[in-house]
Amino acid sequence: MKIVVCIKQVPDTTEVKLDPVTGTLIREGVPSIMNPDDKGGLELALELKDKYNAEVTVITMGPMQAEAVLREAFAMGADKAILLTDRKFAGADTLATSNALAGAIRTLEYDLVITGRQAIDGDTAQVGPQIAEHLDLPQVSYLQNLKYDGKKTFTIKKATEDGYQVVEVDSPCLVTVLATANEARYMTVRGIVEAFDKPVEVMGADKIDVDESKLGLKGSPTKVKKAFTKGVKSAGQVYEVDTEEAVGIIISKLKEKFII
Amino acid sequence: MNKSEYKNVFVFAEQRNGEIQGVAFELLGKARDLAKDLQEEVYAILLGGKDVETKAQSLIAYGADKVIVATCEHLQEYTTEAYAQAITQIVTDYKPSIILLGATVIGRDLGPRLSARLTTGLTADCTRLEISEEKELLMTRPAFGGNLMATIVCSDHRPQMSTVRPGVMKSMEKDETRQGVIEKIKINFDESKFKVKIIETVKEQTSMVDITEAKVLLCGGRGIGTDQGFENLKDLAQLMNAEVAASRAIVDAGLIGHERQVGQTGKTVRPDLYIGFGISGAIQHMAGMEESEFIVAINKDRYAPIMQIADLGIVGDVKQIIPALSQRLKSIKK
Repeated sequence: MKIVVCIKQVPDTTEVKLDPVTGTLIREGVPSIMNPDDKGGLELALELKDKYNAEVTVITMGPMQAEAVLREAFAMGADKAILLTDRKFAGADTLATSNALAGAIRTLEYDLVITGRQAIDGDTAQVGPQIAEHLDLPQVSYLQNLKYDGKKTFTIKKATEDGYQVVEVDSPCLVTVLATANEARYMTVRGIVEAFDKPVEVMGADKIDVDESKLGLKGSPTKVKKAFTKGVKSAGQVYEVDTEEAVGIIISKLKEKFII
Repeated sequence: MNKSEYKNVFVFAEQRNGEIQGVAFELLGKARDLAKDLQEEVYAILLGGKDVETKAQSLIAYGADKVIVATCEHLQEYTTEAYAQAITQIVTDYKPSIILLGATVIGRDLGPRLSARLTTGLTADCTRLEISEEKELLMTRPAFGGNLMATIVCSDHRPQMSTVRPGVMKSMEKDETRQGVIEKIKINFDESKFKVKIIETVKEQTSMVDITEAKVLLCGGRGIGTDQGFENLKDLAQLMNAEVAASRAIVDAGLIGHERQVGQTGKTVRPDLYIGFGISGAIQHMAGMEESEFIVAINKDRYAPIMQIADLGIVGDVKQIIPALSQRLKSIKK
């Protein structure tokens, strides 16, 4: 079995803080990580590698620095890595991103394509299903658990709003995985050492068979018209008092609001 | 593409088990505003089994001028491909200018598949939708980048698509006297593309609580500390007849289920009273609660971002304030 896993390098948003004076974002020193849902997807692929000797290829689109997540994937156990990087990919919205990734995946053999459900820096959950459409693959999103019959069929448990659903689908297909689907393994020491010797294949726009009008800013149907900071709403009163007094203030507010 | 051929505001009226979901009514409310500015009409798309036909009238009562209904066995329960084929056919025939979907598990599965099939843009989790002077849809969503909001347009492609999370828009008052047209259509499926087979659909009892319905919400964050801290918060909630919710950090720590998470990857809430305990106010969290009627924030840090949007801020230690509050409430009740 051949598996392709799409991963993304994202800023660790839990580390992001606001400047209390200017209200702007402090970006300095924010570490980059492998997007958590993607890591869940990679773990799923590696479990299939453990059990069925699957070959796992990871692919990411981004600037040259994004190579770091591919090395991390190597250290966890991935077999091959592709870095999709080109100025022509810059400014891509989700559709243009999916065009580039689908183009790269088309150059590979695959039985299963895995993406994370969504990236923590955008939270759109769009790129996975869009890749599935371009590749004409059936999709199963919000995957919690996957079983493989060793031949052709996947039995998948997927999350719904109020429970779960079990579905069956044959390969080839695309799944989008939740970070909570599994506990991702750590990199092994041997893996880390070997990761730096393994070759990362770098692909530019000339290596994929996708019309340039479908890539990057040009290929993006959505465009940011303007970005603005949220007007700070008239800040309320702030009290710095001892616990006793704080409780008194809250209680009187609860009474005022008829909560008690 | 001749954009002028595309008209009217369409809402995907999601149903599950034959019940139309609340987000559909909320979207219809917003669609009415947009249609008014465009001087166009509001259409609802209702897909399902035979039993949903009787529900079409309610979509009119909540603001639809026309309801397009397709019912058959393939549409009874949601699958990506059958629904994508149905809506693609409807888009081809009716040429909508705008399609709104709920940012639910189904909407977030269907929306991107459709956008790729129709080669058009999709903007996820919009918090504001309006029509520009050029009659374009302005889609505003929180963007990563702190308190940055981004307004996004889809100028050269139609339909303009966006998803909106449940609880973000307000539905209009139900008006049983509203008149509208119900149009039944037949979908021509390519069944050879149906590859995903549903084995079973299970509803779990545990997620019965819906924090989006709560009038008073006590939300715990990282500052609450340990298990005991969270247990204390639950006790307090019981005394106040409130529901407990949490930030992502607490959910990730396994102290409470994801169905009680507030924020961009959790739920959007707008209770009458929100009290944040030890919540600093990550942007992703605030995106999910800033529309609350009244916000109280209790935090050690005077400069925590949540203090900027709180109506009442208390600088203090929640580990002391929570038990003290419980005690005071108990003595008042006596």
